[in-house]
Amino acid sequence: MMVHDDGTLTLESVGEVAAVSDRVGDLSRRQFLKLSGGIGGGLMLGLYLRPVAAQSSATADPVPAFVANAFIRIDPDDSILIYAKNPEIGQGIKTVFPMIIAEELDADWARVRIEQAPIRPDLYGSQGAGGSRSVAANWTPLRQTGAVARAMLVSAAAQRWQVPVSECHTEPSVVVHAPSGRKLRYGELAADAARLPVPEMAKVALKDKRDYRILGRSVTGVDNPKIVTGAPLFGIDTQLEGLSYAVYQKAPAFNATCAECNLDHIKSLPGVKDAFVSAGDPRVDAPPGIAIIATSTWAAFSAKKQLQVKWNESPATNDSWTGFVARARQLAKQPHGESSVAKLGDVDAAATQAAHNLEAYYQFSFVAHAPLEPQNTTAWMHDGILEMWCPSQNPDTGRNKIAHAFGLPHEKVVVHQTRVGGGFGRRLMTDYMGEAAVIARRFNGPVKLMWTREDDMMHDYYRPGGFHALKGSIDKQGKLSAWQDHNITFTADGQKPVFGAGARADEFPAQLLKNVHVSQSMLPLGTRCGFWRAPNSCSHAFVVQSFLHELSVAAKADHLEFLLEIMGEPRWLPPADARSLNTGRAAEVIKLAAQRGGWGRKMPAGRALGLAFHFSHAGHFAEVAEVSVDSSKKIKVHRVTVVGDVGPILNPRNAEHQCIGSVTDGLSAMLALEVTMEQGKIAQSNFGEYPLLRNADAPEVDVHFIESDYPPTGLGEPALPPLAPAVCNAIFSITGHRIRTLPIRNEGFSI
Amino acid sequence: MLRLKINQKERIVEGDLDPATPLLWVLRDHLGLVGTKFGCGAGFCGACTVHVNGAAVRSCSIRAADMTGVEITTIEGLAQPDGTLHPLQVAWIENDVPQCGYCQAGQIMSAAALLAQKPQPSDDDIDQFMNGNLCRCGCYRRIREAIHSAAKAGGNSHAADQQHRDVKS
Repeated sequence: MMVHDDGTLTLESVGEVAAVSDRVGDLSRRQFLKLSGGIGGGLMLGLYLRPVAAQSSATADPVPAFVANAFIRIDPDDSILIYAKNPEIGQGIKTVFPMIIAEELDADWARVRIEQAPIRPDLYGSQGAGGSRSVAANWTPLRQTGAVARAMLVSAAAQRWQVPVSECHTEPSVVVHAPSGRKLRYGELAADAARLPVPEMAKVALKDKRDYRILGRSVTGVDNPKIVTGAPLFGIDTQLEGLSYAVYQKAPAFNATCAECNLDHIKSLPGVKDAFVSAGDPRVDAPPGIAIIATSTWAAFSAKKQLQVKWNESPATNDSWTGFVARARQLAKQPHGESSVAKLGDVDAAATQAAHNLEAYYQFSFVAHAPLEPQNTTAWMHDGILEMWCPSQNPDTGRNKIAHAFGLPHEKVVVHQTRVGGGFGRRLMTDYMGEAAVIARRFNGPVKLMWTREDDMMHDYYRPGGFHALKGSIDKQGKLSAWQDHNITFTADGQKPVFGAGARADEFPAQLLKNVHVSQSMLPLGTRCGFWRAPNSCSHAFVVQSFLHELSVAAKADHLEFLLEIMGEPRWLPPADARSLNTGRAAEVIKLAAQRGGWGRKMPAGRALGLAFHFSHAGHFAEVAEVSVDSSKKIKVHRVTVVGDVGPILNPRNAEHQCIGSVTDGLSAMLALEVTMEQGKIAQSNFGEYPLLRNADAPEVDVHFIESDYPPTGLGEPALPPLAPAVCNAIFSITGHRIRTLPIRNEGFSI
Repeated sequence: MLRLKINQKERIVEGDLDPATPLLWVLRDHLGLVGTKFGCGAGFCGACTVHVNGAAVRSCSIRAADMTGVEITTIEGLAQPDGTLHPLQVAWIENDVPQCGYCQAGQIMSAAALLAQKPQPSDDDIDQFMNGNLCRCGCYRRIREAIHSAAKAGGNSHAADQQHRDVKS
C-alpha cells in the first residue's frame, strides 16, 4: 500500500484491498465499510451486507451469510475504480455490474476503471456465475451501492456550499448547485465524502429509469482492449517465477483407481520433476489419477503420453450408451415411471373422451461443454497459504471445499479469479481446482495444472442424455386436454436424478393443464453429469415443444394459435414468485416472434418456418426459425427470430449477443454433438469427433426484446432452449419427418 | 538454444529444448507470450494462430525448432510498436465482438492474414478463410461484421507493417 503526496491511497493489489477492507470490516458492524477518511483524499465504499443473525457464525462459514457486495473507489483526480465481483465467462457481467453501480453513482463512464474483485465471499456475497442469476440477484444491491456513494458526495458538496441537499443534483461525476451555478467534481469531494456517515442503504433514492445515462446504452466489454492485444487475462495465462507444469491422468471410466503404472519410467523422462499416483480426494471432487509435474507444459504432455496404466474397475465401467438406449426402450413400455412427479385430474378419462390421442418417444444424447480454454488451475502452497489462480464459475465454492477438506482457515486459501475462457456450466464444478490443490499440497513450488483437450472432453460433467415417452390428448374442441410424460433419466445414488436431469412437477405445459401425469424412471449411471447451458431446459424444450407441435398438427390447429390457447389468461404460475412463468409475458413474446418472423407467410418449396417457446431461468423466449431442407436431408437455417422478455435491457449490444450465442450454441448441439460411452470410456476426445458449429453455418439471428418493467433477469441461457424445437418443427413442416432424436445427425440430417 | 524472430525482435530460448516442442508452448511457457492460446493441440480450433512470414499457421502443430530464419508475428505484435492498434483490433472493440474472448487472438490473426491477401473480402471469402477458427460462444456473425468494418477502414495493414519493417531495418 502506498500513500501519495496528494493524499491518495494506492493499493498494490486487489488482495491488499480485500485485506484492508477486511480489517475495517472487522472493526465495524455498520452496513457499509468506509476507508481512507484518515489516510488521504479518496473515498472508498464497499457494500457490506452482513445480516445481524449471521454475525455469530461469520467465522465458521461466511458464504451463506451474505447477499451481495461491491467496491467503489474515487480518487481526487476523478478516476473511479469499481470492482467487478463475479466471474466473467463471456456473459458480460464484468461490464454490466460496474455499469449498474456507475449509473446510480452518476459516474462519468470514461473515468471508470474496472478490476476483478478478489474471491472474498465474506465481503462480496456469492461470487458464482450460474443459472443466469447474477443480474437478478445483484440488481438492487448494486444500484444501492452506487446510490449511497452518490448521496454522500452530494452531502459533502451541500456542506461545503452550506446549502440544502435538495438544491443539489448530479451530472456525470459532478455535483451541481443549480441556484448558484456552482459545481464540484467528485474527485474534489472524495475526501469529505469519506468522512460522512453512511446513509441507510434501503432509504437512499434510486434513479428513475428515464434518467439513465449508462444503462440501456451499449458499452463494449471492459476487457476487450486486453483481449484483442493478447494481454494476460485468463487462468491459463497465469505466470509465476519458478512455475512448474502439471498434468493429471484419470481413468477412462470415472473414479477408477490405478492398479499399476510405469511411474519409474515417467520419472526418468526429460523435464519431469515428480510423478505420483493419487487416490484423489472426493471432498474436493478430485478423482483418482496420476500426477506428473514437469518443467514445461510440453514436457508434462509428452510424459503423459508415455504413461502405461492398468486401471481397476469403477461403477462407471458399467456405463454403456447403447445399453442405456436399449433399456430405456424397454422401460418406456411401462405406462408410467417408477415414481410420480405430478399427478392431476384423470388422464385416462381425458384420453377416453379425446378426439385425438398421440404417443411419441423422444431421446437426446449426452453432450460435453467443451469450453475453448481447457481446464486449468495454478496453485502454490507457501507460508501456510494455498494460493490459487483459477478460471471458475464457482471460485468461492471451490475455495470452501478445499479449505474444509484440508483443514485450512478460509483466509489461508487465497483464490484469484481470472477471466474464464467459456463456462457453459462446466466450470460450476471445481474438480480441476481440487486436482491442483491435491498436487500443490505435495509439490514444493507454484504449479500450473493443465488439462489437454482430450482430458476436457473425456472427463467432463456431461449434460445427461435422456428419454421421454409422451402421451397427449386433444379434446373435441381441439384443445390440449391431457399430458403424460414418462421421463427416463439417470441416477448416481439411486435416490435422485443426476445433476441437470429429472422431471419437474411444474414442467411446461403440465402446470397449465387439468389432467397431468408426469413420472420418472432412473437408470444407474457412474459417469459424471452436470449443468450444461440452460440445464434441463436445453433438452426438455426440444421434447416438449416438438410434441406440442405434433399435437397442434393432430388438432389441425395453427401452431401459434395452439400455443396461445394453452397460455390462456395472463397469470403467474406458480403465483407469488417473480421468477415464475407469466403466461401474459409468454403470449406477448410468442405473438411478437410470430410477427417479426413473418409467421403465416407463404414460403418457397423446400422452406418453412418453425416456432417454439420456452420459459427458463426467468426468461420468456419465443423463436421462429426459417429453415430449408434439400433432397439429401441437408438443412440450412437461414434466419432465427428471437423475442425475449427479461425486463429492462441493461447493455443492449451484449444482450443481443448473448441471444445470438445461445442460438448458435443450440444449433451446434442439436445438429451433431453427442458424447457416447462404452465401459465408461467416452468415445469422443477432440473437436474432430465433436464437430462444433463453424462460421459458415452460423445463422442470421434477429433479436428483439420486450422491455417490460419487471426487474431485469439474466440472458446467458434462456434463448437457447427454444432453438432446437423451432428448427425441428420447421423440418417437419417441410419434409413431414418428425425428428425425435438429438442430435439430428442420428436421423440422417446434416448442415 | 533456439534463436527466433518474433514481433520484430530476436528472442532466445535458453537451454535444452525438446526438438518436438510446438511453437505454441515456446511462446507461452518459455517466452511469456501468452496471447496465443491453447485450445485443442491438434489444429482443429485455430486458437493458437500466429503468422509465419505473414501466413496464418497453427502454432500448436509446428515445431519451434523449425522456425529459425522466419518472421513470426503473434497477437502481441499485431499493433504498431507505438501502440497504434491494427484496424481489426479497433473493429473488434467497436463491434464488441468477444464473448468469453478466448478464441479471439486466433480469430484476429487469421483475419489479419486474410486482409493482407484480400483487402476487401466477401462473406464467402471470410467464411472460407476463417473456417478453421472455432468460436465456442458463437460470435461468428460479429467476427464477419468486424472484418468488413476493418476492411472499410483500410484493414490491410500488411503494407504498413512492411513499411514499418523497412524503416526499422
